[in-house]
Amino acid sequence: MSFIRKPLNRRSILRAGAMGGAALATPTIFTSKVWSQTYLNEPTGAEVTFGFNVPQTGAYADEGADELRAYQLAVKHLNGEGDGGMLNTFSSKALTGQGVNGKKVAFVTGDTQTKSDAARASAKRMIEKDGAIMITGGSSSGVAIAVQSLCQEAGVIFMAGLTHSNDTTGKDKRANGFRHFFNTEMSGAALAPVLKNAYGTDRKAYHLTADYTWGWSQEGSIKKYTEDMGWETVAAVRTPLGAGDFSQYITPVLNSGADVLVLNHYGKDMVNSLTQAVQFGLRDKQVNGKQFEIIVPLYSRLMAQGAGENVKGIFGSTNWHWSLQDEGSKAFVKSFGQEYGFPPSQAAHTCYVQAILYADAAQRAGSFMPSAVGESLEGFEFEGMGNGPTLYRAADHQCFKDVLVVKGKENPSSQFDLLEVVEVTPRAQVEYPADMLGGELGNFNNGV
Amino acid sequence: MDVILLQLLNGLDKGGAYALIALGLTLIFGTLGVVNFAHGALFMLGAFCAVSFHEILNIEMVAIDPEKTTAWGTPLEIRTPYVETYLGDFGHWMLNYSVPVSILLAIPVMLLVGFVMERGLIKHFYNRPHADQILVTFGLAIVLQEIIKTVFGANPIPQTAPQTVRGAADIGAALGFDPGVIVYPYWRMVYLGFAAAVIGAVFAFLKFTTFGMVVRAGMADRDTVGLLGINIERRFTIVFAIAAVVAGLAGVMYTPILPPDYHMGMDFLVLSFVVVVVGGMGSLPGAVAAGFLLGILQSFASMNEVKAILPGIDQIIIYLVAVVILLVRPRGLLGRKGVMES
Amino acid sequence: MVLKNSSPTSDLIFFAVFAVAVLTMPVWLEPIGAGYPDLLQKFAIYGLFATGFNLLFGLTGYLSFGHAAFLGVGSYTAVWTFKLLGMNPIPAVIMAIITSGIFALLIGYVSLRRSGIYFSILTLAFAQMSYNLAYSVLTPITNGETGLRVLRSDPRLFDGAGEAQGPLLANLFGFEMTGYAGFYFCAVVLLIGFFIAQRIFRSPFGIMLRAVKTNQNRMTYTGLNPRPYTLAAFVISGMYAGLAGALLCITDPLAGAERMQWTASGEVVLMTILGGAGTLLGPILGAALIKYFENIFSAFNEQTLHEIFGFLPDFLEYPVVSVSSLFVGEGWHLTLGVLFMIIVIFLPGGLMEGVSRITRLFRRKPQKSEPSRATAPAE
Repeated sequence: MSFIRKPLNRRSILRAGAMGGAALATPTIFTSKVWSQTYLNEPTGAEVTFGFNVPQTGAYADEGADELRAYQLAVKHLNGEGDGGMLNTFSSKALTGQGVNGKKVAFVTGDTQTKSDAARASAKRMIEKDGAIMITGGSSSGVAIAVQSLCQEAGVIFMAGLTHSNDTTGKDKRANGFRHFFNTEMSGAALAPVLKNAYGTDRKAYHLTADYTWGWSQEGSIKKYTEDMGWETVAAVRTPLGAGDFSQYITPVLNSGADVLVLNHYGKDMVNSLTQAVQFGLRDKQVNGKQFEIIVPLYSRLMAQGAGENVKGIFGSTNWHWSLQDEGSKAFVKSFGQEYGFPPSQAAHTCYVQAILYADAAQRAGSFMPSAVGESLEGFEFEGMGNGPTLYRAADHQCFKDVLVVKGKENPSSQFDLLEVVEVTPRAQVEYPADMLGGELGNFNNGV
Repeated sequence: MDVILLQLLNGLDKGGAYALIALGLTLIFGTLGVVNFAHGALFMLGAFCAVSFHEILNIEMVAIDPEKTTAWGTPLEIRTPYVETYLGDFGHWMLNYSVPVSILLAIPVMLLVGFVMERGLIKHFYNRPHADQILVTFGLAIVLQEIIKTVFGANPIPQTAPQTVRGAADIGAALGFDPGVIVYPYWRMVYLGFAAAVIGAVFAFLKFTTFGMVVRAGMADRDTVGLLGINIERRFTIVFAIAAVVAGLAGVMYTPILPPDYHMGMDFLVLSFVVVVVGGMGSLPGAVAAGFLLGILQSFASMNEVKAILPGIDQIIIYLVAVVILLVRPRGLLGRKGVMES
Repeated sequence: MVLKNSSPTSDLIFFAVFAVAVLTMPVWLEPIGAGYPDLLQKFAIYGLFATGFNLLFGLTGYLSFGHAAFLGVGSYTAVWTFKLLGMNPIPAVIMAIITSGIFALLIGYVSLRRSGIYFSILTLAFAQMSYNLAYSVLTPITNGETGLRVLRSDPRLFDGAGEAQGPLLANLFGFEMTGYAGFYFCAVVLLIGFFIAQRIFRSPFGIMLRAVKTNQNRMTYTGLNPRPYTLAAFVISGMYAGLAGALLCITDPLAGAERMQWTASGEVVLMTILGGAGTLLGPILGAALIKYFENIFSAFNEQTLHEIFGFLPDFLEYPVVSVSSLFVGEGWHLTLGVLFMIIVIFLPGGLMEGVSRITRLFRRKPQKSEPSRATAPAE
C-alpha cells in the first residue's frame, strides 16, 4: 500500500483551532457586518479565518489532500505549534508564532472538484458564510483564474495554489490575486539550456498538447525557447483532455522524422501519454542517427509516482523538490515528514509558502485589509522559503525565483525518490518583462 | 500506407477494449433489461484486482537501518518483498507476471461481486422503471469508487506488463516494410488477442451450451421462456456474474496500458453506453461490431491530415457517428425492435 | 402523485405556500447552515433547471441525458449579452431563453425521431459534442477551460463608458445581482417558472404529454401525432435549462464549459428522480438536497467533526470522528452514493413519495380534513 492517509493527531486538531466549526455555525444574515466594516470579512473576534479551497474529489484529489496537509501545517506553525517549519528560515521575522496581528488563525476547507463552477461556489461559501479573509489553493489554472476573478469581485485576497498557465498572472491577472508557483514561460526558459546541453541544437520536436488553455500556453513557451536554440518543430498535435488511450496520437510520431517528443500534458493525461509513449518503444528508437527522447515540461512527484518507471531519465521542470538541500527546504521537509510520514509534494510546498507569505504580509501591514496586505506583498523580497532569493513582482503579482530542472531518477531509493534535480536555473535567467504577457491588474478591491 | 496500417492497428486495439467493456453491458441490458450504470465500476474493480494482487505480492519485510535517516529525520526503512525472500526465483517470476496472473484472482472476485450485486440489489429492480435502475446503480458505482479511493488514494497506480512483452514489436519488418516503420507494443497485441478470445468464449458459451440457448431465448422473449417452466431468474444471476467477470478481466488486462485510478470506470461509462446503443440494444454481435467500428473511426479521425481539414473532429467523432447511425438505422447496427424503446 | 385531482383554488393555495416558503428560505435554512446567498441562489437555479427537466421527463417519460447542453448555451448567451449589450439581466434572460429554445428545437427535432434509450443516447451525444467543442476548438467563443467572463474592454453598448469603473456584476436598475438581491431575483424567476410548470401540468397540453408517456401507440391510433407535443415539451424544458444557465451567470458572470459535461446532465436526472419524477415539488427538493450535500458536506473537516462530537467521551469521540470523516470532506461523494441507493430502495417514488407517505399517515386520523391535497396515486 503506497499511500497511507495519516490523520492529524487529535490533540493537534483541537489545538489547531477549534473555531472552524464555530465559524460554520455562526449565522451571518442578521449580523450583516457590512455596515460596520472597513473591508469585507474584517475579523472582529480573537480569530481570523483562512479559506483552503482544494480539489478533494476528482483526478487531483491526492494533490489536493497534500495541499490541505501543508495548509494545516502552516496554520500550526502560524499559531506557534510544532517546530515552526520554514518560519525559522524565512528572512522576514515579522511572524512570531502568536497568530497574525494578534489573532489566532482558524481555517475552513472546501472542495473545488477541479471545476470552475464548483470552485467558485466553494469559495463563495467561505466568503459569504464562514467569513474567510483570504482564499487559497487549487490544482489547475482554469480553477485558479476563475477563483481569482471571483475574489477580485468579492474583495478578498486570493493566494493561488498550483497553477502553471501564463494567464494566471498574465492576461487574466487581478490585483487581489497572487501567485508563488512558476509558469510555462519560466519552464521554457529554464528547460531550454539544459535540453541544449543534453540533446544538442539540431533536433526535431513533436508536441502532443492537451487541448485547453494551459496546454497551449505550455506548448507556446516550449516552442518559443527550443526554436530559439535551433530546434525545429515538426508538428504540434492537440489531444482531447482525458483521452485515456493516446495510441492514435503516438503512432504518427513514429514516422514523422521527429527525434524528440514533448508531452504538454498534466495529471492523468501525462501519466497515460507517457506510459503509452514508452510502451510504443519511442525511447529505444534511433532517429536521424540520434537517440529518441521524451520531455515532460511540467513534472510533479505525484504524477511521477503514477507513471512509475517510465519517468526514468526524462527531463522536466518543477517548482520545488523535497530533496533540495537549502535550510528552508530541509526545515519544511523535516516538519512535514515528521507530521505525516512522507515528504511533501511541490503542490504542498507552494501552498504552505503562500499561506505563510500572506500571514507575513498581513502582519507587516498590521491589517487584513486586502489593499494593505496586497501592497505589503507587492515588491516583497524574501528568502529562506526553499527557492532562494525570491521577489513578488509588483507589476503582475508573480513570484520570481529559481526554477528546478529535474530528471526521472534511474535508481530510486524509495517510492518518493523519483526525481533528481539536474539544475537550479537562476532567477535572472527566467525573468521576463511584466508587460510581455498582457493583462491588467486593476485596483485592489476591499469589498465594501 | 504505413500510417494507415498503424491507425488501423490502433483502431482494432481500441475497438477490442471498447467491445470487451460493452459486451458485458449489453448482456445485462439484453437479458435482464437493466440499465447498469455500475458497469464502469466493475471494470474499475477488475483493474484494482490487478493492483491488489500486485500489492499483496509486494508486502514487504521492513528492516530499519539505524545508520541512515530519511530527509525528515526518521530511520531509513529497507523493504524487501516477502515473496522474493521466501520464494526466490519463483517469487520474482510472480512479481514480473503479476498482471496476467492476477486474472486468477479477478475471476473469483468478480464472480462473487457480480453474484452479490445481482442477488442483493439488481434483482429487486427488474420491474422498476429504468430511471430507478439508473439511480440505484449510479449510487452503487459512486460507493464502490469511493471505497477504492479511500483504500488506494486518487493517484493512478502504475502496473507493468511482464518483462518479455514490455517493448514494442517491429511488425513492419515482418511484412516487408522498412524496419522501424511499423512498430506496435507487444502488450497491446496481447490485449487484442485476449479481447478476441474472451469475446469468442462468451459467444461460444451462448451458442453451443444449453444454458446459453436458454439465455438467448430469454433475451428474445423472457415471458414465454418463463411460461415454459424454466427458472430464468437463476440464470440471470449467472449471466450477471459472467458480465461482471468480463468487465473485470477487461480491467485487469488494461492496467499496463492505462495506470488505473478510482475514477477510470466513470471515464469509460459513457463511452461503453454509446457503443452498446450504436450496436443495437440487446445485440451481442452489434456491440462488438460497434466497438471495433468506433475504435477504428476514432483512430482515423485523430490523424493530423484529417484534423487539418476538420479541427476538433477527433473530440466528437464517436458521438457524431452515434448520431448518424441512430438516425440511419433506428435501432443501431443490429438492434431488435422493442428492446428498451419505452 | 401529489396534487393529482386538485382544483384551481387548491393549486393557488399550494403555489402561495410554496412562494412564501421560497422567499423565506434565508430564515428557515439558517439553522442547517444553508442560509447564505450563494447556496440559496443555487437552490433556486437548480430547482428551476430540474423543474424544466421534469416537464419533459416527468410528463412524457423521455429521458434526456443532454440537458446540460442547454444550461451551457444559456450561460454563454447570457455572458455574451453582458459583453455586448451591458450588465442588465433582463436582456440576458430573454436572449438565453431564445437561444436555448432554438438549440433545443434543433436537437429535439432530430433526437425525438427515436425513443427510449436511443433518444437518451442521441441527446447525450449532442451534449458531449457541445462540451468537447466548447472546451477546445470553440475557445474563441467560449474561452474554453477558463470560462467566459465579462471584461473591461467589452463594448457593453448600453452601459457606456460611464460605468467603466464599477464592478462587472449584473445590475438590475441599480441593484447588484449578488448576495441576497441575486437570490431574490432567482427566487422570483423560480416562482414564475414553477407557476408556469403548474399551469402546464393542469392544462390539456399536459394531459397530452402524459398520454405520450402512458401509451404512445394508442395515442397514434386515435389520430393524434405525439411528435409536436413532445417536441414542444422538449423545447420548453430546454428553455427552462437555458434560463437556469442565464441565472447562473447573472449571479456570477462566468460561464464554464464543464457545465455541459455529461456529469452535469446526469446530475439533473438524479435530482429529478431523487425528488420524484412527475411531481411538481420533487425535482426542486432533489436539487436542493444534492446542492446541499455538495456545498455543506464537502466543507466538513476533522476539526469540524471534533466540534460536533465534542460532547462524547474521548474514547468514543475519536472512533466516531474517524468513521464519520469518511463520509464528509473528501468523502462527500460516498454519502451521496449511499443516499441515492437508500432513497431509491426504500422510496421508489423519490422524496415526494416519502412526503406523501407521511401525509397519508397524518390524514388517516383527522378524516378528510384536507380533501384537496395528497390523494392516492391514480395509476
